[in-house]
Amino acid sequence: MRAYGERSPFEGPVRVIRELTASPGTGSSRTPHAELFGTITPSALHFERHHSGVPAIDPAAHRLLIHGLVENPLVFTVDELKRFPSISRSYFLECGGNSIGEQSGNTQPDVQRSHGLLSCTEWTGVALKEVLRNVGVKAEAKWMIAEGADAGRMARSIPMEKVLDDALLVYGQNGEALRPEQGYPLRLLLPGWEGNANVKWLHRLHFAAEPAMSAKETAYYTDLGKDGKAQIFTFVMEARSVITRPSGLQKIAPGFHEITGLAWTGKGKIVRVEVSTNGGASWADAELQQPVLPLAVARFRFPWNWDGKETVIQSRCTDETGFLQPTHDELIEARGSHSGYHYNAIKPWRVGADGNVTHV
Amino acid sequence: MFKLFAVLCCAGVWGQGRPATAGEVRKLDITVFPDGRGLPAGKGNAVLGRPIYKVKCAVCHNEAAEGRDQQWPALVGGIGSLATPKPKKSVGSYWPYATTVWDYINRSMPFDHPRSLATDEVYSVTAFVLFLNGLIAEGHELNEKTLPQILMPNRNGFVPDRRPDVKAKR
Repeated sequence: MRAYGERSPFEGPVRVIRELTASPGTGSSRTPHAELFGTITPSALHFERHHSGVPAIDPAAHRLLIHGLVENPLVFTVDELKRFPSISRSYFLECGGNSIGEQSGNTQPDVQRSHGLLSCTEWTGVALKEVLRNVGVKAEAKWMIAEGADAGRMARSIPMEKVLDDALLVYGQNGEALRPEQGYPLRLLLPGWEGNANVKWLHRLHFAAEPAMSAKETAYYTDLGKDGKAQIFTFVMEARSVITRPSGLQKIAPGFHEITGLAWTGKGKIVRVEVSTNGGASWADAELQQPVLPLAVARFRFPWNWDGKETVIQSRCTDETGFLQPTHDELIEARGSHSGYHYNAIKPWRVGADGNVTHV
Repeated sequence: MFKLFAVLCCAGVWGQGRPATAGEVRKLDITVFPDGRGLPAGKGNAVLGRPIYKVKCAVCHNEAAEGRDQQWPALVGGIGSLATPKPKKSVGSYWPYATTVWDYINRSMPFDHPRSLATDEVYSVTAFVLFLNGLIAEGHELNEKTLPQILMPNRNGFVPDRRPDVKAKR
């Protein structure tokens, strides 16, 4: 027996880590979707993207300061926040820069590297609007600047509409405390919105009439278009899907295969996933694992008998707003090749006659 | 239903938390807005910023702020390139506000020792980066009044979220 469990030593899936600086802990690690099942990402395999390393925070010493355009500036301990009515919900979290290489032509060889900045978790926390009840946010406050206690004090400005809608202050991840890499002991969670805005190690909420125009909401996470203008405050992650098995770097044999993958949308529920196994000549509905939860990943499955001939397999999804996942060419046509963030196009995989699956 | 319950029975019951003192807020509040609110009193210029940059910034961003190894970002160049097939984003070409440059240096730089620069040093390094981009003269003093007056080349380069902007056919 073990007081805190580990997986079988025969199991191997791990995150691939890409350090971006000489200082350790800054960069990204990606979820190995090709080897996972269901809809919940194990906490140990949740993707990471850190801009200034991972701070080690003693929860007993941690404080959340709420100030600015409020009637009562307040300071909360983590224990005090845990005394509010708790909420547990499954939500996906996706980095705004997931698949950034797919748009620019730097296509990655496998689904972990191309789509691994996506994970899905049962988060537990308190509705931010409940905490704000006693703070008394003034009517002229239109933005909330959320700041982390990481070394770089990363900050993002969040519109009040989201704050008062479904924003959570989260302390739980898949039934236990947040992992340090996910913001322990406290993070902001904005369902369906780009990962970077979900500020980790949250220690300050500053209410204001206007956004701060911080570096991460101007210089980064903005979408440069063909006309030289960049879209700003592009928070919502639009619908997308991807086949996770069979996928890049895998090898399959002729015969029966269950094609499976994930679909998600920042605008509610996925209502349809279609799969093509003949290069897009025809499409058929995949089965969606029930229940399909809003703002969480949906697992789809599609039975396939591979005849051993070279082909291309791909999935495409539709969400409850009627949004249709575009092709790569349709996305490039609208945005050009340099917007980078929020890429959500259909992902084709080539299955060679030798059974090797490669990116297209 | 839950909302009603909270309003009728429990407002105040969950009201843990204690009043923040003015000193506490002052110590933690480092937000700087585009109009300059939040900037502390101080001053600097590019002449003073050059040696600080050389010691504390050049190891990553390179001697002339041209970036290094496609990994540490360039701080100069690309002004006027954003609508071309090869856009180059830098502080000079892309960042919309000088206050953002000051704020980012103040809160996050130098990368391995963030918030170790004195206020005047932040003004001076900001001035040096803007000087390298040809946006101010080398002796131009930046302070809490003059910094927000700098008009960055891409000030009007941002538009609101216009998605859904991609039209998919079926």
